[in-house]
Amino acid sequence: MSETRSYGRWTDRRQQGSLSHRNLHLDWPLLLGLVVLSGISLVVLYSSGGENMDLIWRQCIRLGIAFGVMVFFAQIPPHHIERWTPWIYGAGLAMLAAVLIFGAIGKGAQRWLDLGLFRFQPSEIMKLAVPMMISWYLAENPLPPSRKALAIAALIIFVPAGLIVKQPDLGTALLIAMAGIFALLLSGVSWRLVGGFSVLGAAAAPLLWFFGMHDYQRQRVLTFLNPESDPLGAGYHIIQSKIAIGSGGLYGKGWLNGTQSQLEFLPERSTDFIFAVFAEEFGFFGVLVLLTIYLAVIARCLYIAVQAQDTFTRLLAGSLALTFFVYLVVNIGMVSGMLPVVGLPLPMISYGGTSMVTLMAAFGILMSIHTHRKLLTGG
Amino acid sequence: MSPRIAIKDHIRESQLFTSRAIVAFIGVILALLAIVGRMVYLQIISHEHYTTLSQNNRVSIQPLAPTRGLIFDRNGVILAQNLPTYALEIVPERVKDLDKTIAELGKIIAITPADIERFHDRLKDKRRFQPVALRHRLSDEEVARLAVNRYRFPGIDIAARLMRDYPQANLAVHAVGYVGRINEKELQQIDPSNYAATTHIGKLGIEKAYEDLLHGTVGFQRVETNALGRTLRVLDRTPPVPGKNIVLTLDAELQRTAKQAMGDKRGAVVAIDPRNGDVLVMASLGDYDPNLFVNGIDHKTYNALQHSHAKPLFNRAMLGQYPPGSTIKPFIGLAGLVSDTITPKTQIFCRGWHTLKGDDHKYRDWKTTGHGMTNLKKAITESCDVFYYDLAQTMGIDLIHDLLAPFGFGAKTGIDIAGEASGILPSTAWKRRARGKPWYLGETLIAGIGQGYTLTTPLQLARATAIMGSRGHVVTPHLFDHAGLADSQQLDYQAPVAARDLDNIDPADWDEIINDMKNVVYGLHGTARRINHGQPYKIAGKTGTAQVFGIEQEEKYVAKDVAKRLRDHALFIAFAPVDDPKIAVAVVVENGGHGGSIAAPIAAAVIDQYLGDKP
Repeated sequence: MSETRSYGRWTDRRQQGSLSHRNLHLDWPLLLGLVVLSGISLVVLYSSGGENMDLIWRQCIRLGIAFGVMVFFAQIPPHHIERWTPWIYGAGLAMLAAVLIFGAIGKGAQRWLDLGLFRFQPSEIMKLAVPMMISWYLAENPLPPSRKALAIAALIIFVPAGLIVKQPDLGTALLIAMAGIFALLLSGVSWRLVGGFSVLGAAAAPLLWFFGMHDYQRQRVLTFLNPESDPLGAGYHIIQSKIAIGSGGLYGKGWLNGTQSQLEFLPERSTDFIFAVFAEEFGFFGVLVLLTIYLAVIARCLYIAVQAQDTFTRLLAGSLALTFFVYLVVNIGMVSGMLPVVGLPLPMISYGGTSMVTLMAAFGILMSIHTHRKLLTGG
Repeated sequence: MSPRIAIKDHIRESQLFTSRAIVAFIGVILALLAIVGRMVYLQIISHEHYTTLSQNNRVSIQPLAPTRGLIFDRNGVILAQNLPTYALEIVPERVKDLDKTIAELGKIIAITPADIERFHDRLKDKRRFQPVALRHRLSDEEVARLAVNRYRFPGIDIAARLMRDYPQANLAVHAVGYVGRINEKELQQIDPSNYAATTHIGKLGIEKAYEDLLHGTVGFQRVETNALGRTLRVLDRTPPVPGKNIVLTLDAELQRTAKQAMGDKRGAVVAIDPRNGDVLVMASLGDYDPNLFVNGIDHKTYNALQHSHAKPLFNRAMLGQYPPGSTIKPFIGLAGLVSDTITPKTQIFCRGWHTLKGDDHKYRDWKTTGHGMTNLKKAITESCDVFYYDLAQTMGIDLIHDLLAPFGFGAKTGIDIAGEASGILPSTAWKRRARGKPWYLGETLIAGIGQGYTLTTPLQLARATAIMGSRGHVVTPHLFDHAGLADSQQLDYQAPVAARDLDNIDPADWDEIINDMKNVVYGLHGTARRINHGQPYKIAGKTGTAQVFGIEQEEKYVAKDVAKRLRDHALFIAFAPVDDPKIAVAVVVENGGHGGSIAAPIAAAVIDQYLGDKP
């Protein structure tokens, strides 16, 4: 990599005198989608949390922090983000290693780094740092990437993913790997190569099963394949959540009237399984509306990516958009029994703080990309 | 800038990206369509199937709390039991205006601000739709009044509960302990399924130490509920297994005698059976009523206990560390005989003080005129200090340490309830380790009369006395005697490690010291001769008077108490009958003055009752 790499300069590209110019570097269509999703989140949480206003206030505080983080990231011009990328990635790697070496044990797995004041999950950083680093690296080389570039890109993805698997947190590791792979796909890797690696990956799956997984992870996969085999243990989640969704029907049982969730049959109903509460109470049509909002958000993000002015921002925006999409699909797939339970929140809706802050930081970066103009200085 | 960058084709890259983004978007739509397809299957095609399942889901499993085991003293006196009581409970989720409801309820039955405070405390960590108690121990009249008015208060309930009750109140609180509501920290440690229906857990003493035995095993019932989650009928039931009843070694009547003899003085009385380590008496004064803690104590009462001069919450019997004073003398005397430093015939002249060579500091005897020619017998009977200054100086602190350690000084006794201090048995190594300083000879001298660094708990003193009385039979003190199991079997106390007896001491040495201790009570000049009133059995003992050093626990005393605070602690150790001891006692009276006049009669009262009852 050349040390004399130029990151260019970006300035404001919002129209003078427009509404957005007088305010912050925000993308209003995207912001609208996020605000609507947050609103839905509060409505569903009120029901799933047993009409507990404390829960709602706490989620409001988290939303406030998350939107604050988004606004903050939106102010950073892309050339700064690009310049810091290798450092952020390096720091993230170092912290992952630190977690493995002296990570505090949280929830039986070593994922947290205790910084005295607060505990911190380095894998959260990697959710952003891996797509950033891949985009950074690929942007330096002509696209589509050469074989050598692909090999290095693979390292960039799989070193942190491997460290996270060791924690052990297979779900997050897979998602982070996906984010990197999306950047590669968007960069124009030939379809023949993509096909070849897919076949290779399928062949490697048995190896992963026998050598790469913990017992509890194997159990989750088995339970997914046949939830009825363990109705009081791990299969309980899936069975109950399918009952919740299915009994919702076309129109749903109505807000605050979902028996599955109100009578506490449904576990984790405010966090990972909140989609089941939504589907039970608002029914098929409600789900259609929700999916449409998500689709609009993803479409806007991809539009921002296509409109981006250089390779780094383009790849970054694209892979962040697709990462968001993957979170959505994996969560709903898991709750509706299409995918194994991996313990992943429904983006923007589930109760919880950490992953939402990461997500909003990503949206902040997208807004920054869309509201800054790259100066053509020959770089 | 590398020349490679020059061949970057920006327009082509942009077009390539756009085409890939379009492919990705198509992928997104396909995946969302797959989800929609899944929803069609679940919510439309299989809707009826899942609706049926959802309705059948009204069968839920409810845990049933086991009844906690009772605690008895050795004679069958109940120390802890479960009383059926009525409690006024509220499900906050079903009440619109909590404050108004409480105010209205307050017009029907008595509700104190302390009740409301505890209620709000409990609200913080409860599960959803779980009732929270506002008042406990409702009287029959209150139950009747509430029942009549109940229609006005949706969300309230009168619940019959078994509540832990300590009928003897203060009597044995430091030994038995108490239960209280399970807190956040305990929640992490307990088995959540076995405690699914349990609200209280042992916090202290026997209640905590034998929690596993006392608690029992949870039961379950499957119930059918209506759409609101209310129980309609019980389908089947696995009854809980009640906790085991525990019988303690404690003698409640003896404990009462000890406490009465102590009167309003502060201190501790411990009595042990030297044959097996049974703790017969464990009294610590001041004390408190454990019933206050069962349903949560309000801050005002707790602060009053916490800041009381008498330190009622502090278990002096195990945690109080006192200089043993002259009660250490029989043990050091025995050490002198065992190490051949002295013989029973060794004499020194006591002129009322002792000095070290090259130092004009006078180590004074309590008797300013001196005891004259003094041998071991006289030194124990009359508690001569100068004899022991001399003996300690000759032996040296490390030899004293090594020969006293087998009596359990400076180490925890291993009693079966938690929270025991280990005391201090000083040595040169200890001082270097703990204080980082070298040992001084003057410190050896005052250690010879049980002052200086030496600290013991009343429990340690009683145990050492028991070992002395039984001529070297080492026992581990314990409060647990046995627990009743199913099929009329019982679980007996098992000592954690089999103690090794002190069997390499010459019987003549034991005889000498024990006779000297007997002389403390029966000798013409014995310091405890006042407790000899012709009992049919013989008592051996030793008085002690411990100077009070700066004691942190009593720092908050007001000026008028200072004089009393600086008064000496009175100590007495004793065992009886001399030939075949059945009881060993240690008494510490804080700021009591002289051991012979204050502490000895308390020990005698305990011994007289115990042996008088058992001819």
